Amino acid sequence: MNRAFAIAACEMRILQRNLWLVVATVIMVLFALALTFAGSAPTGSLGVDMLTVSVASMTTLSVYLAPLLALMISFDAIAGDADRGSLALLLSYPASRGEVLLGKFMAHLSALAIAMVIGFGSAGAVAAWSGGAGTESLIALARLIVTSIILGAVFVTLGYFISSLASSSTAAAGMSAGLWLIFVVLYDLGLLGAVVMDQGGSFTQTLFPWLMVANPADAFRVWNIAGSDSVALTSGMTGAASALPVWAAPVSLLLWPLIGFGAARLAFQRIEP
Amino acid sequence: MTADVLKISNATKDRGKARVLSDVSLTVQPGERVALLGHNGAGKSTLIKAVLGLTPIGSGAICIDGAAPGSTKARRATAYLPEAVSFHPALTGREQLTLFAKLDGAKADVAGLLDRVGLSDALDRRIGTYSKGMRQRLGLAQVLLGKPAVALLDEPTSGLDPISRQDLYAIIDQLAGQGTAVLIASHALTEVEARTDRIAIMRKGELVADDTLTGLSRRAGLPIRLRVRAATDADAIAAQIGGQRINGASVELNCSPEDKMAQLRRITDLGAAVADLEITPPKLEDLYRHFAQEPKEGDVS
Ligand SMILES: Nc1ncnc2c1ncn2[C@@H]1O[C@H](COP(=O)(O)OP(=O)(O)O)[C@@H](O)[C@H]1O
Ligand SMILES: [Mg+2]
Repeated sequence: MNRAFAIAACEMRILQRNLWLVVATVIMVLFALALTFAGSAPTGSLGVDMLTVSVASMTTLSVYLAPLLALMISFDAIAGDADRGSLALLLSYPASRGEVLLGKFMAHLSALAIAMVIGFGSAGAVAAWSGGAGTESLIALARLIVTSIILGAVFVTLGYFISSLASSSTAAAGMSAGLWLIFVVLYDLGLLGAVVMDQGGSFTQTLFPWLMVANPADAFRVWNIAGSDSVALTSGMTGAASALPVWAAPVSLLLWPLIGFGAARLAFQRIEP
Repeated sequence: MTADVLKISNATKDRGKARVLSDVSLTVQPGERVALLGHNGAGKSTLIKAVLGLTPIGSGAICIDGAAPGSTKARRATAYLPEAVSFHPALTGREQLTLFAKLDGAKADVAGLLDRVGLSDALDRRIGTYSKGMRQRLGLAQVLLGKPAVALLDEPTSGLDPISRQDLYAIIDQLAGQGTAVLIASHALTEVEARTDRIAIMRKGELVADDTLTGLSRRAGLPIRLRVRAATDADAIAAQIGGQRINGASVELNCSPEDKMAQLRRITDLGAAVADLEITPPKLEDLYRHFAQEPKEGDVS
């Protein structure tokens, strides 16, 4: 475990040095603030405070941004070291492959968490200060931050998986762009197409909500929407989520980092540096 | 039990259809320096990676200080310098070496080690600003961490200027002096081989030679060259001992190692007619070529 921490400390230093931490945090703050102000118009008509509206818009943002930032940070984690030839050296030390992966994961997830907390936190603070906040909207904000970090964790581990499979750093970059597109855009489009074809039949009634929540990005969305009536109200998306038991989305989102880490660990094992 | 701290027995490995290691057996004792020579693609790096447990072997056995390759005990006992290694450019030399020391679990004098390899001025500079030679030195510094039982150096001279090479030999001697078994892989013929205790030569995955320099010379039976400088009449000398006159005053002849002493006695019998005598043993390069190269058409290997 000490070895994992030593690796984590080094990775964290690298993230600071190559400005990744600063850039990710600035991106988060800018997008969150922009959405908070852009979404501030319909506050009165819905009868909720501004922070609620802000959390609803930031939830939509996070579905895209959290996976993107997570993959950006993780795609190079194994392939980069392999390209440099330092992976063979690292693995000749007594650290196990699991410890290497865990060390990198701790650093990358911490960096992501810092960017999320500062980004969503500052936008939330601005919204609360200018348009009011209640207990419920503060809880919704906290939920958004925590679930965004978990969603990030999913894609950090999936990034390692890809990084272990790819033959080079460049290939890993391309593959992670594809992965992002599939999980965040294409999967939903496919489901939507199926629903349209089905015309409200049994697929839409029974299978669709489960298929949807099986995707971590959708599970994230459902968890945030189901958690707060007013967030659901402002995001106008309640139908599918209400057909599922409340535990479905949290279980899916919490399982995914484990699945991702397991897949990454297996793929990493196969590498001959 | 043998004293061999590294013992490779009949290691065989296929990559696809190609046999990259073919029944390789090699041992290294504590404090011994062994050069592993061979052309590019001969399988030197593969053999080293097999010892490290980074790549599995198909059959045969490898034993590092009584442990299997890749086991924690074996990894603790080995030090490795990869071929053309690079490190993360954002870290400093001190940070990189501190990480290795922590992974090794040993207390280490990081600044002292970096000073030992001549990097004390670049201690806190980012590795991104290092030259290739400096990165190679950083790689060497981590080999010295924690008194390894076995050190595996893959092409350690690449990227080093002649002066750094002297430092490398000194470090190899230091390792051997503290009882580390050192295996040095090289495709180029450098002075390293002459400073090792034994030379192993690989050709296409096979170990074709494993002997001391003298032993190799004897086996190869390459001729020793004698050059006799005549005091006055070179032609007369050539007539008496055979050989060939080269420039005005010298005679050159080749003889086998067994005939060397007899030949020398005949030359000294000539007395004052001989002004000087030069004996050139077969050059390392000739030896290497003899063993590492494909047998020519029609040759019996
Ligand atoms: N990762 C790999 N995948 C497939 N073949 C490889 C790989 N690494 C080495 N080889 C092949 O194995 C043989 C031995 O290579 P190597 O051990 O690197 O030789 P050397 O270090 O002596 O130059 C070569 O034919 C090389 O092409
Ligand atoms: Mg090699």
